[in-house]
Amino acid sequence: MRTPVTVKLFAGLGPKGWLAVALAALVGWVLVPMAHLLLPEGHPLHVSTYAITLIGKILCYAVVAVAMDLIWGFGGILSLGHGVFFALGGYSFGMYLMRQIGREGSYQSDLPDFMVFLDWKELPWYWTGSDHFLWALFLAVAVPGLIAWIFGYFAFRSRIKGVYFSIITQALTYAAMLFFFRNETGFGGNNGFTDFKRILGYSVTAPETRLALFGLSVALLLGALILGRVLIASKFGKVLTAIRDSESRVMFIGYNPLHYKLFIWTLSAMLCGLAGALYVPQVGIINPSEMSVANSIEIAIWVAVGGRGTLIGPVLGAGIVNLSKSWFTTSFPEYWLFFLGLLFILVTLYLPQGVVGAWAKLRSRKAAKPAAPAPAPSVKAAATPEPEMPAGSAAKGASA
Amino acid sequence: MRVESNISRNAPADGQQEHWDGEASTGHVLKPGELDLSHNVILYLDDITVSFDGFRALNKLSLQIDAGELRCFIGPNGAGKTTMMDVITGKTRPDSGKAFFGQTIDLTRMTEPQIAHAGIGRKFQKPTIFENHSVFENLELALKTDKRVKKSLFARLFGDDLDKIADTLRQIRLTDQADRPAGLLSHGQKQWLEIGMLLVQDPKLLLLDEPVAGMTDDETERTAELFVSLKGKHSLMVVEHDMAFVEALGGKVTVLHEGSVLAEGDLATVQADQRVIEVYLGR
Repeated sequence: MRTPVTVKLFAGLGPKGWLAVALAALVGWVLVPMAHLLLPEGHPLHVSTYAITLIGKILCYAVVAVAMDLIWGFGGILSLGHGVFFALGGYSFGMYLMRQIGREGSYQSDLPDFMVFLDWKELPWYWTGSDHFLWALFLAVAVPGLIAWIFGYFAFRSRIKGVYFSIITQALTYAAMLFFFRNETGFGGNNGFTDFKRILGYSVTAPETRLALFGLSVALLLGALILGRVLIASKFGKVLTAIRDSESRVMFIGYNPLHYKLFIWTLSAMLCGLAGALYVPQVGIINPSEMSVANSIEIAIWVAVGGRGTLIGPVLGAGIVNLSKSWFTTSFPEYWLFFLGLLFILVTLYLPQGVVGAWAKLRSRKAAKPAAPAPAPSVKAAATPEPEMPAGSAAKGASA
Repeated sequence: MRVESNISRNAPADGQQEHWDGEASTGHVLKPGELDLSHNVILYLDDITVSFDGFRALNKLSLQIDAGELRCFIGPNGAGKTTMMDVITGKTRPDSGKAFFGQTIDLTRMTEPQIAHAGIGRKFQKPTIFENHSVFENLELALKTDKRVKKSLFARLFGDDLDKIADTLRQIRLTDQADRPAGLLSHGQKQWLEIGMLLVQDPKLLLLDEPVAGMTDDETERTAELFVSLKGKHSLMVVEHDMAFVEALGGKVTVLHEGSVLAEGDLATVQADQRVIEVYLGR
């Protein structure tokens, strides 16, 4: 009796999970680059540079969705301001890209163009060292992490929960957006950072660089998924979901929810920061609109569409929503927001557990059907996930 | 927080047993914050008064529970049973009076988690378990361990913990349900699981508010057996309306009425008491 229980507890990723990771890595690191480099442009299986960049961008979004799911799906904390951490990571790394432009900007100055335009003579103190790649990368993780930690500490210590917390996170991202919009704060005003030329000396627009960034995005997403999986399977994950389900009970058995929430919240923000840092060189621009409230709400929609409380769900959700977004915004740009709103309403009404939840339900219904006429339902049929049990049932179906 | 975790760890079971024998404790050093059972009493309530908007829920309530005792509390609705438990667990602060856990721990100055760490476990009327977690995981979460984030991230279950969980599963008769989500258990099984979650925390004193509410006769009987088997190792305070259950438990019975003790003794004596009959029949 005891052995299977412990085996299940320590399994973490499991053989199936590792297989899925290996397959994804194979596709991301071998097949797609081969299809891009080796196949001629007219070939039906050729992957264009445009597609590489688009998918790379969506992979970064998927990392954000996974980070969002860690706090919302597993921790029960809905953030409607997660875009701010993504953008902070993007800005931190964006400045490095600005410095890499060197004297090739319009004003041929050592300073970034927007600073010359403002007639600044030297770099503000907070951008010291931003010409170093590693320092910029460190900032991209540390700045969102620090801000999340401070914000989270006060919010969670005051036991701000539910919709109140969501509203405050909206205010946070909105305030940050207004701050970054200003010219005198040193973040490039409403144009943000753009016109990047090089990264680590390599041309940003070269297909090889694009491919390398794409491969890094695949790596980051897989890393985020593995990290999430290990966290959720650990005792920490069980405490986290217990806090989501009944915080007061968790306190009663001696855990301090503050530290648990703060840990996952900060970790989530740091993941978003890394995703932002990878996003900026691929997209070529970072500006304050990334911090708009609508953007952050969209992150929540990705997770809701894919299925929160599962790790693969947010990845699917980010993919589905963003692919349809890039199709809509080229074909019917004026209807995109209507479609997004409709999607959110439909998912809330008919797919409360998202695509993954619906898939798991469908499968369990199929599995339960033959057992139904039997007088005594089997244990499996009795354990059919009920609608109010999101994480347990859905996570099993989608632990990859 | 430091202080209470010491209690639970530093007080070895055999050390307590010495005190419980009622041994004279000359030269006994009082350690603040540590559970001291030198007078064989685990809980003192003295002159506790609690009033809500002028209504006296507890009125100069005084009582004591011996170490290892199983005590039942009965009384009509509004007699103050739940309020009494609220005071002991720190949920309600008394307006006046003293509440001591052992000789030295002043419960009226402690927060709820501090009291829980000190060794008082409480089961509420309505079972509150983690429905999405398996039965095993519910016990694992409740297990008495270091509950900080750092430890939880790398926590492994070792032999002792597994034995403890397995023993508890057997005690609450849920061994074959260990892998099922707790939300799928019957009402009675949920009650047991919650009792199990209390037991793995290894409390010195257990407060149980209507533990057999909603249970079948069979389940009630088994619960009585379980409680009787816990007597001695733990001290138990049970609030219950089911007289057959109280009878099966067999311990001393305290009747509460209008916030104070009306009668105390074994069930037969209490039931024969004229004042008790009046309170119950004259309502």
